[in-house]
Formats: sequence, structure tokens, C-alpha cells
Amino acid sequence: MTSIVALLLWGAAAFLGTAMLAVAVSRRGSATHLVYGATLGISAVMFAIATAALTGDPAGVSPVTLPLGLPWIGAHFRLDALSAFFLVVVNLGGTVASLYGLGYGHHEPAPHRVLPFFPAFLAGMNMVVLADDAFTFLLSWEFMSLASWALVMAHHREQDNTRAGYIYLVMASFGTLALLLAFGLLAGPDGTYTFDAMRAAEPSRFAAAAALVLMLLGAGSKAGLVPLHVWLPLAHPAAPSHVSALMSGVMTKVAVYGFLRVVFDLLGEPAWWSGVVVLFLGGLTAVLGILYALMEKDLKRLLAYSTIENIGVIFVSLGLALAFKANAMPSAAALALTAALFHVLNHSFFKSLLFFGAGAVLTATGERNMEKLGGLIHRMPLTSFVFLVGCVSISALPPFNGFVSEWLAFQAILQSPDLPQWGLKVMVPAVGGLLALSAALAAACFVKAFGITFLGRPRSAAVEQAQEVDRYALAAMFTLAALCLLAGILPGLVIDGLSPVTLSLIGSRMPVQMAQPWLSIVPIAESRSSYNGLLVFVFIAISASLAAFVIHRFASHALRRGPAWGCGFPDVTPAAQYTAVSFAQPIRRVFGTFAFRAREKVEMPPPGATAPARLTVEIHDVVWETFYQPITGAVGYATEKLNRLQFLTIRRYLTLVFLYLVTLLLVLALWP
Amino acid sequence: MNGLTFDIAHLLAGGLVLVSFMMLYQDRLFALINVFALHAVVLALSVAWQAYVQDAHHLYVTAAIALIFKAIVIPVGLHRIIQRIGIHRDIETAVGIGPTMLAGIGLVALSMVLMLRVTPEADPLAREDLAFALSIILLGLLVMVTRRNAVSQVVGFMSLENGLVLAATGAKGMPLVVEISVAFSILIAFIVIGVFLFRIRERFDSVDVGALDDYRGERR
Repeated sequence: MTSIVALLLWGAAAFLGTAMLAVAVSRRGSATHLVYGATLGISAVMFAIATAALTGDPAGVSPVTLPLGLPWIGAHFRLDALSAFFLVVVNLGGTVASLYGLGYGHHEPAPHRVLPFFPAFLAGMNMVVLADDAFTFLLSWEFMSLASWALVMAHHREQDNTRAGYIYLVMASFGTLALLLAFGLLAGPDGTYTFDAMRAAEPSRFAAAAALVLMLLGAGSKAGLVPLHVWLPLAHPAAPSHVSALMSGVMTKVAVYGFLRVVFDLLGEPAWWSGVVVLFLGGLTAVLGILYALMEKDLKRLLAYSTIENIGVIFVSLGLALAFKANAMPSAAALALTAALFHVLNHSFFKSLLFFGAGAVLTATGERNMEKLGGLIHRMPLTSFVFLVGCVSISALPPFNGFVSEWLAFQAILQSPDLPQWGLKVMVPAVGGLLALSAALAAACFVKAFGITFLGRPRSAAVEQAQEVDRYALAAMFTLAALCLLAGILPGLVIDGLSPVTLSLIGSRMPVQMAQPWLSIVPIAESRSSYNGLLVFVFIAISASLAAFVIHRFASHALRRGPAWGCGFPDVTPAAQYTAVSFAQPIRRVFGTFAFRAREKVEMPPPGATAPARLTVEIHDVVWETFYQPITGAVGYATEKLNRLQFLTIRRYLTLVFLYLVTLLLVLALWP
Repeated sequence: MNGLTFDIAHLLAGGLVLVSFMMLYQDRLFALINVFALHAVVLALSVAWQAYVQDAHHLYVTAAIALIFKAIVIPVGLHRIIQRIGIHRDIETAVGIGPTMLAGIGLVALSMVLMLRVTPEADPLAREDLAFALSIILLGLLVMVTRRNAVSQVVGFMSLENGLVLAATGAKGMPLVVEISVAFSILIAFIVIGVFLFRIRERFDSVDVGALDDYRGERR
């Protein structure tokens, strides 16, 4: 009997086989159906296996060693609770993205640039999660990065996509370099690359600290931690929408997996200050990410920035878990870790859903700029409905799933007074404040995203002609919307499903939730806090239907459409509507001066002149200007200087080599 | 090993370094090629002496290869090439003779210091041999760097290779195959460079490599 790991590896091999097949058939008309159908089937099977492994007994799964990779190491693969959970996330995302692709892929102008890389991308993500030695992990990680890079470059002729791909490639290489160094530190002087050996070894305090920092750089750059996030809002929107969904909803989670695997599993006992670092970065990422999103008027880019915010939320929970784990508070650590993992799952649901919605809008109208959309709720009622569900979920409103995980995170924050270190005691509530701020800003951001895109009047001709999208896309979006609602009203099921993961990483778990009456969840004790999604849902459903009934029964039935009040302006065009920028203006006024060095300038013509008055807003990307511009400047300067070396005479080249050789020999001769 | 065999080996290897120095101050092409032939003869003698001392008969083959190819075939070939293409027979140096000689002395000192430092446990004969061989290699490079003429660069390259052969024969147990392959690669390099020389000559009426740079539109 073959083990589950072998089955999963066969699945990954099937993905790769599909990629090969896609290369062969991608120019045929039926290729889209064939490839996405195959990936749909494989992902669904892998999802089923992973779910069974998570709910079953993952400890009993035997690892697999393949004679691949470095000859004296081989490729190790293993499945434990953590990897099983992330396999669920990856393959659920893969399943719905394939379903969406079945319809969406027909609108693809260059299918041969997308079809081969889509299954390869899925294979890469699965293999990262399954890998059990550093070499296989890094190889799969690079494979995943390159496949996604190819997908980002699918529409390489569009403006800015080449730049996005370039920056993504540079940042991905940088991240992998950091990971390589981290694993090198963990492997120690003996060069033991299996995770088992790393787990058994006790790294010195310096090595552990350096490995943590390097993991924050490596996994953080893939996940999108500020200030390593710069590639993400460029690259994620550049890909086709179902790939954007995978990159935002799933690939960032694979990065979180890498962080969890090393920091929680391989590094051993954490130091208390590691929690401070992760908390700080998480809080900063959450607030800055959502502020960027608020300033954005490109729908897909807004979603990408919101991904950064959610990664911040996840890392805040992870930092809490580290702090609690370092102080031997296992139940609180389990609570924080559950919050983080729950948010991982939730974000993969609603971010995929929102990207699918944005993709639907894009296919229907050809437009990503919100300032040219509007009024789509009349043209695309089903898409609007599921997009609204996604917006409500991501804004953390009950009874949907986003609320539960953020609520759990706040419950974990409320445990912080028990921490012994004053640094943490002061830090955690401050980060809690940042988290609350980012949740509120996220709500504002998605009110903007939904309101400007789907409400109001159409702002361009293309929008007036928009059509509802195809059945496959709708099926994928409705599946995700249903999952958002289900995870919101049955959170106990998810929390209990996550318990093997927290047991394996922390050695503790949250109390069993499904035993609570009426599907309530009680993180610590009944006397402290509890939440019942079902109750909230039923209350909302009943009160809303009552209100609707009262209105329809007792109010006037006559439908009146009157002219809108146009402030006395005679010809009210759709362009005079409230825009995305005007919606964000109050927030820009409050936060913009320090977050973006925003400046408003009013040019008022003198009295009597016929020139229009102008209001210009100047926004700076502070992170780019502080961290990246000096680096790019230095690299440019150095290349310009070194460029001269390209045009020397033959004798000068020989002289250079000769002098270099003599210098080396001199060093050797003079070295003490 | 008795004192005399060591002294003779020392003498021959030292003679090779001396001939390398002679190359440094030649300013005529034919003289340079003659010195190179002398270099190869001394090399052949040195290798033959090593063969006798180490009682390794295959080294006689190496010595014969050095004598036939490097002392006869290649110098004669170079002579004929120079006559055929009828170039100026004086060598334009990039660095003056005096500084070049001083640099050569410095290089020999460097290689002595280095080799005596890094090989304290080695056999004294091999140790001396390696030190001399490194000096010859560095002097060959110096010839290549300080001359503008393509033929003298070829000669510098070949004398550099002589240094390699000296180092290889000083170490015991070097298989013959390696030496033969090195010798043949040198021969092939000679043929390629010869063809190349003709091509340069055809196009630029000169084998001064500076002409190539002028052609690329660059300043020297």
C-alpha cells in the first residue's frame, strides 16, 4: 500500500504532466477546457486527500525519500498536520481557480502563455508544502516563483507589466537568497539538510536570531511584509485574474507556511524578543497595506494592497503566538496560532473571491480603473452579490468568516497582560490598536471598492454594455461565497480542524468547540468571551426579512425615479459622481501627510480669468523612496562605472588578469 | 638524492629562468624566437635530467616532444611566418626594458617567497622546481603584457607553457598522457594563432594588436 505522501507526490507529478501536455496542445481551441479540467480534477483529489490527512492521524503518515536532487541527500517529502493544513489551502484555492479558469480562460488572448504555467505553479506550491529537506524546499520554492513569474509576464506587452515582472524577479531572488542563508545557518557546519536533523540540532542563540531575521526577509518578501512588499501590488494584478487569486490567496500563504515551518518547527524555543519583531512588522504591514489600498483606484491593485494588510494581520497573530510560546503560555499561544491559521484560510477564501469578481468585471468591461466603472449592480447582479459577500467578509463583519479570525486575534491580544516582559506588555496593546485601525480602514476601503465599482451610474460606455459572466466563473465565486458564510457560522468546525496543527507546533490546543451548545465558540472560558455566528446570522436574517416585509407591506408601492440633486449644476454627467479618490480624501487628509508625504496644491486663477481652478495632489511612496531608490541608484552608478571594462584593449585585459594574479599571489605570500 | 644531481637540476631550472629574462629585453623578432628555441632546449635538457633522476622513462618522451616541437618546429614555423608576411622585425614595447626587467626580478622574488612558504614539507627538488616554474609562468605573462606585437605575445604564451611542463615534470608520478595532451594543445594553439596572425595581417597590414583596437574605434 502506497503512503499518502506518495499519492500526493503523484498528484504533483500529474500537475507537471498537465503542464507538459499544455505545452503541446495550448494552441488548440479545446486546450483551455482540457488543462483547467485536469487541474480541477487533480486539485480536488489532492484537496480531499489533504483534508482526510488533517482530520485523520497525520503522525502515522510515513515520509517518502526519492533519489532525486543532490546525490548524497535525496529528496525528502513528509506530511504532518501543518503541511496537511496548507495543502488544504493550496488545493482548495487550486480547485476553485481551475473552475473559474474553465470559463475565464476563453477570454485569454494568449492561452499558450498561461496554460503551461498554471499547473506548474500549482505543482510548485504543493511541493514546497510537502518538502522535508532544505534542498527540496528551496528548489520547489524557486520553481513556484518562476512559474508565477511566467504567469505575471503572460501579458508582457501591456504597459508596466515588464517592470512588474522584473521587480518580482529581483525580489524573489533576494528572498530565496535569504532563505538559502537561513537554511545554511540551520544546517550548521555538518551540512545536514533534512528538516529532521535541523529540528534535532540546537542552534546557538546568535544563529537562531540570524535565522529568524533571514526568514522574515525571505518568507516576508514572498508574503509581502512592509517594506519588502513593493513587488506584490505590481505583480499580482499583472497576472490573469484567476492567477492573481492564486498568488494573493494561496502563494502568500505558502510563504507563511515557510515562516511557520522554520520559526515554529525547526528553530526550537523562541526568544521573547522575536515576538516583538514579528508583532511590530505585522502591525506596520497591516496599517500601511490598507492605507495604500485606500489610495488606489485600480481595482486589482487595491485587492493586492489589501493582501498586504491581511498578511500583516496574520503576522500579528504569529508574533503573539511566538511571544506566548516563549513565555510558556501554551493555551494563549494555541489561541493566537489558531487565529493566524484561521485567517490564512479565510483570506484564501475571500481574496480569491474578490479577485475572481475583479476578473469578472475586467472581462465584462475591459476596465480595472474604478473611476471608469460604476452601476454594475444592474448589469451583473450575481457578480455584485458575491463581490459584496467578499467585501463584507474581508471587512470582518459578522456573520462571515473574517470576523471570527480577527475576533480570535483580539482575544489573544487580550491575554497580553499576563506576559511577564514589559516590552511585550506595552507593545501588544499598541499593536492591537494598529490592528483595530487597519480593520476599520479595511471596511472603509471595501465600501469604496464595492460602492464605486457596482453602485452609482456607469462612468464609461463599456460599462453600460457589460454582461454577466459565464456559469463556471459564477459557480467558482458562489462556492467561495458559501465557504465564507459556512466558515463564519460554523467556526467551531474549523477551530477543531486546526487543533492538530497547534498541537504539533505548540503542544497545546484550544478547547473543543463543537461540544459547545448551539455552535458557539468559547476561546478561553464562558465567563470571558464567546461568539455565536449562527445566532448573529439568524438575527440578521430575521430582522432584515422583517424590515423588508414591513417596508413592502406598509410602504407605498409606487416606484418613483426622480432627478438627483445636482447642486444646481445643470448637466449632471456620470463623471460628476463621487469617485474613489474623493471617497478616500478624508483618510488621505488624516494619514497622508506622514504615510505618503501627501501634499495638496490649489491653483486658483485670478478673479476675472477664465482658466479653471486646479487641485493637484502629490503622493509619495515613502517605502520605495527610502529603501529602494538609494539601492537602484547605487547599482546604476556602479554599472555605469564598470561599463568601461567592456571596451578595453586586449593587452589591457591581459594586464588586468596579470595584475589580479600577482595581487592574489602577494596576498598569499604576505598572509601571516 | 646526492648533491650533484640536485645541483644539476637546480642549474637547469635556474637556466630556464635566466633564458626567460633574456626574452624580456629582446627587441627584434628573430632574436626573440631564437631565445625561445633556446628556452625549449633548456627545458628539454631539464626534463631529460628529471627522467634520469626519477628513473621515469616516459619523461624522455616529454623531453623529446619539447625538443622537436618547441625547439625546432615552432621556431622554424614562426620564422617562416614572419618572412612570408614581411612585417617589421622590431618589437614595439608598451613598457620600457628597464622597468620590465625590474618587474621581472620582483616577480621571481615573489614566486620564491611564496613557494618556499607554502611547501615546507615537500621534496626539496620539487620545491625548487615549483618556485622556478612559477617564475617562468609569471615572466611569460609579463612578456605577453608588455609587448604590442602579436608574435611576441604568442612567444610569451609558449614560454609560459614551458613553465607548466617544468612544474609537471618536477612532481613525481605525472602520467605521460597529460603531457602529450598539453603538448598537442599547444601545437593546436600555435596553428590557430598562426592562422589568426595571417588574417590580422591580411586585413591590417600589420600584426600590431593595436591595429585591432584602432579598428574597434578605441583609443589606446
